[in-house]
Amino acid sequence: MSADPTQVLAFETDCHIFDGCGFPAPGLHSFLFEPLWGDGDSNLYFNKTMLLALLGSVIVIGFFWAAFRKPKVVPGKLQMVAEAGYDFIRRGVVYETIGKKEGEKYVPLIVSMFFFIWMMNLWSIVPVAQFPVTSIIAYPAGLAAIVYVLWVALTFKRHGFVGAFKNFTGYNKELGPVLPLAMLIEFFSNLLVRPFTHAVRLFANMFAGHTLLLLFTIASWYLLNGIGIAYAGVSFIMVIVMTAFELFIQALQAYVFVLLTCTFIQGALAEHH
Amino acid sequence: MSQLLILAAEGEMENPLIPPIPELVIGLLAFVIVFGFLAKKLLPNINKVLDERREAIEGGIEKAEAAQTEAQSVLEQYKAQLAEARHEAARLRQEAQEQGAALIAEMRAEGQRQREEIIAAGHAQIEADRKAAASALRQDVGKLATDLAGKLVGESLDDYARQSRTIDRFLDELEEKAEAAR
Repeated sequence: MSADPTQVLAFETDCHIFDGCGFPAPGLHSFLFEPLWGDGDSNLYFNKTMLLALLGSVIVIGFFWAAFRKPKVVPGKLQMVAEAGYDFIRRGVVYETIGKKEGEKYVPLIVSMFFFIWMMNLWSIVPVAQFPVTSIIAYPAGLAAIVYVLWVALTFKRHGFVGAFKNFTGYNKELGPVLPLAMLIEFFSNLLVRPFTHAVRLFANMFAGHTLLLLFTIASWYLLNGIGIAYAGVSFIMVIVMTAFELFIQALQAYVFVLLTCTFIQGALAEHH
Repeated sequence: MSQLLILAAEGEMENPLIPPIPELVIGLLAFVIVFGFLAKKLLPNINKVLDERREAIEGGIEKAEAAQTEAQSVLEQYKAQLAEARHEAARLRQEAQEQGAALIAEMRAEGQRQREEIIAAGHAQIEADRKAAASALRQDVGKLATDLAGKLVGESLDDYARQSRTIDRFLDELEEKAEAAR
């Protein structure tokens, strides 16, 4: 994907209010980057988001490598922090939703998913990077696809073909004449809408968060002229407030994503009603 | 793709909900790498250590319980020994007291006996001395009285007195009177 070549970063200009310069509002172009390598027209290119994604993986692995490579029975500080995170996801998410017996198998998936997403979100407020990888739909979509495939496969494996069909459609005899309609809606909701919302929930939160941060950051710069300086100050305070808020949202969305994943897995494993 | 780029160049952006394939691939790859490392190596590592820790803690608790039980039994043993020792001490003291009392009684009896012996011996001695003194006195008094009477009469009355035993009789009477007066 290449960005609009006519678009330049707001900070690279001397564009200020009262200078006859329009507000360089953030938009979709803020989420497009010139390839660092390769050709944006072909499918062979490498851009900032990909770099951040791979770098984020390295950081997540590096953190857990440092903490868990040679773990000790009496933990050091780093190991203790990593253990707290690990334990939070294992007990607080997996055991809580799927249960300890059946959930144990999925702990590695959920733990890696949570920390991966969190890191991808965190890029949003890391200086220089300052871009949430998950605000590009491809990354949440890939993860949601993994969950979707796992969920469908588990449902078939656990319930057989007919059972899986009943599970997907929420088959319930007591509904009587409404049953076909309910089944249609459930089928549509479960198999088509659910993976989409699963991915979009994360994507849209990060997208909106990044846009807000951009808006206030650009405004701080843009308003830095004459009386506008006072407004620029307010805008800059908003940047700080929104950064703190984003820090919270990033962790929360990662948590929500894995919590939903666990709920889906639990639904696949549970007996259909 | 080129069409999209044209659209972008015209100011119309592509749909942000359509995932670009290369980024999808890189995203999946990045996640799979993370998952691989964590699932195959790092999480099993920490799980092992967590199990070890739990065992260590449980083992520690068991050890502590064992130590406590042992301490309890030792304490009971010690208490029993202490009670026995006290009992023994009390018994010994009682015995010693009894023995002491017996000894004292014996000594006292012996002392009493000796005292009485000494007193009796003293009495006997005094009696013998008194008797000796009395008889000597009687003889002297008799002699003096006879001598005095002889001087008064002018002749020796010794033979007469010896024959008639007048003096002795007189003295006996005196003694009887003294006895009666006492």
